[in-house]
Amino acid sequence: MTPLLATDPAAAFGQFVLIGLVSGLLYALIALGYTMVYGIVELINFAHGDLFMLGCMLCLQVCLAVGALSEADAGTGPAVLAIAIMLLVAPVFCAALNLAVDRAVYKPLRTAPKLAPLVSAIGVSFIFMNIGLFWRGPTDISFPKLLLGETNLIEGSGMGFTTKDLMVVLVTIPTMIGLTLFVRYTSLGKAMRATAQNPTAAQLMGINVDRVIAATFAIGGALAGVASVVYGLYFNSVNYQMGFQNGLYAFTAAVLGGIGNIPGAVLGGVVIGLIKALGGAYIGAEWSEALIFGILIVILLFRPNGLLGARTREKV
Amino acid sequence: MIPRLPHWQSVVYALFVILFVALPFVQDKRVSLYVQQLTPLFIFALLAIGLNVVVGYTGLLHLGIAAFFGIGAYTAGILSVQAFPFQQSLPVVLVAAVLASAGLGVATTAPTLRLRGDYLALVTMGFGLIITFVIRNLESITDGTRGLNPVTPTLLPGLADPDLRAARLAPGWGRYWYDYPYFYFFCLGLLVVTNLFLRNLEQSRLGRAWVALREDELAAACMGLNPAKLKLSAIALGAGIAGLAGALFAIAQQTTGGPDSYDFNRSMIALCCVILGGLGNRPGVILGVFILIGYDMVLTPELDNWIQKQQINPGGKQYLKVSGWRLFIFGAALIVMMRFRPEGLLPGARMKHELHPDEDPQENLAASGNA
Repeated sequence: MTPLLATDPAAAFGQFVLIGLVSGLLYALIALGYTMVYGIVELINFAHGDLFMLGCMLCLQVCLAVGALSEADAGTGPAVLAIAIMLLVAPVFCAALNLAVDRAVYKPLRTAPKLAPLVSAIGVSFIFMNIGLFWRGPTDISFPKLLLGETNLIEGSGMGFTTKDLMVVLVTIPTMIGLTLFVRYTSLGKAMRATAQNPTAAQLMGINVDRVIAATFAIGGALAGVASVVYGLYFNSVNYQMGFQNGLYAFTAAVLGGIGNIPGAVLGGVVIGLIKALGGAYIGAEWSEALIFGILIVILLFRPNGLLGARTREKV
Repeated sequence: MIPRLPHWQSVVYALFVILFVALPFVQDKRVSLYVQQLTPLFIFALLAIGLNVVVGYTGLLHLGIAAFFGIGAYTAGILSVQAFPFQQSLPVVLVAAVLASAGLGVATTAPTLRLRGDYLALVTMGFGLIITFVIRNLESITDGTRGLNPVTPTLLPGLADPDLRAARLAPGWGRYWYDYPYFYFFCLGLLVVTNLFLRNLEQSRLGRAWVALREDELAAACMGLNPAKLKLSAIALGAGIAGLAGALFAIAQQTTGGPDSYDFNRSMIALCCVILGGLGNRPGVILGVFILIGYDMVLTPELDNWIQKQQINPGGKQYLKVSGWRLFIFGAALIVMMRFRPEGLLPGARMKHELHPDEDPQENLAASGNA
């Protein structure tokens, strides 16, 4: 049924906008990892989505290890402990894994033709997926609902904005603000921007480009780790193939915002979230994915630098 | 100049073709069971050499070749199933599949001509994904996830299919033209013909222009080549061959299958075959198909059967099944090839020289001299 026929079409519309905003923030978190890596090494890190998937698998493992297994545990000691451990372990794990992959796979290919690291990234993505398959099997696995009661915080407006939604906002927005400040004000952040502009010149100025690239992969991985915790707690279902789908959304978000551009990735994520929620509601859920990729194509064709991207002339 | 096929390679080629022609005549039921599994390998070899025209010759990284494979399959399905009023014969179906895929290839590539490198890769990937969703969602035409069946066009227009039981020369031979081994011969024949066609095309003006475009678009344009026309012709040919492969795939299975047969994975596996075998080098690409798809479709089920018989894996654990390692093997193959042998297992002389320019030039010269 289309929400146009709901008793209160305006409230229904507002509801889908809220859903879109919240899931958009999640895509933005993943998109940041793509955009930072692309900004510096011009590599579409196909494996990033699958790294995020492995983070989700790890979070699930933490829940099992701590004993926070079901909704009944929500709010109790084990659940709080599990969430705390997840928020600590998942980013570290994803950062370390991303760093290791960069070291082992992408670093030897820095000077190779551009196709080589791209194809290798597809290979890494396959291997990650296979690890996920071995880890938790081929079926959907439910992720314990560890967040206390889904209380509606804006009761009476005809819309729903639950504690779960609030959690996404509370985790993602500070992370993004922190990242922006980091890139703008710290010396490593400055080195990153310099390397993104011109690696050779940055190296001549005494910047250790290899270290900057490694740091970028680590930060991107950590963001994927944070996203995996939020995703698991929010959607309560994980699957070894989820990385591909969500990675593609996030990548589309990064391109939409202007790849290499941090605020752009956030904006792109939110726009993708809105398109997915509203398109799913008003056009049909089965078409929302096709709609997203259609938009990706249209943007690449007419504004390849994205919404916030600077116009760059192609080097010959 | 692209060197001609070395003499010994032509001989090996011919020997393989003779072997494949002879295999169905072996008077052994077990052998015929194995030989039947070669038909899909021929079809995927066609798909891969179609992709090779786009990625290998022209250097456009296309991540959505399965879309054209799907268009070919569904064109064949729509033109031959009972649900639609067409019921065309085999030649019509094949020509329509090729034209539909080539036309769609040109139509979708024309707006993307100014994109390069990874952005082009993304657009093609997005296109491939959209086609999968279209196949899944347009249920009134494609029958959704069930697929169209039976895809059994008549052999010739206006004639009933001949009953070929009388022509059986070995066990396992079927009754109709789309059964083993008649369809096996048909696919093998198309593969050989396409190969010969591409071999001549490589040496032609068009083939050399594609390679020039791959090497340096700007320089090629300065020499008076038209990059737009060249890219469109490459995609038209590549997509057309992929569409032909798709139509054969649907006929071989007698159903188009669901949209999952034409998804991103299919595109990636075709790309793996091309890269593993040797970008731009047809014999290499076909070798890549036989190694990767052969592993995936023939060897894996055999080994899994064996494991099941030995009762090594009573719990059905993924990592104790050979099929569980599928993605790992493909991924590792891509990574290792890119790292240590980016020119592929059986590279063309030119690619080899480009990727290892520091090797002894005398030796390279000798290699192209031999060729």
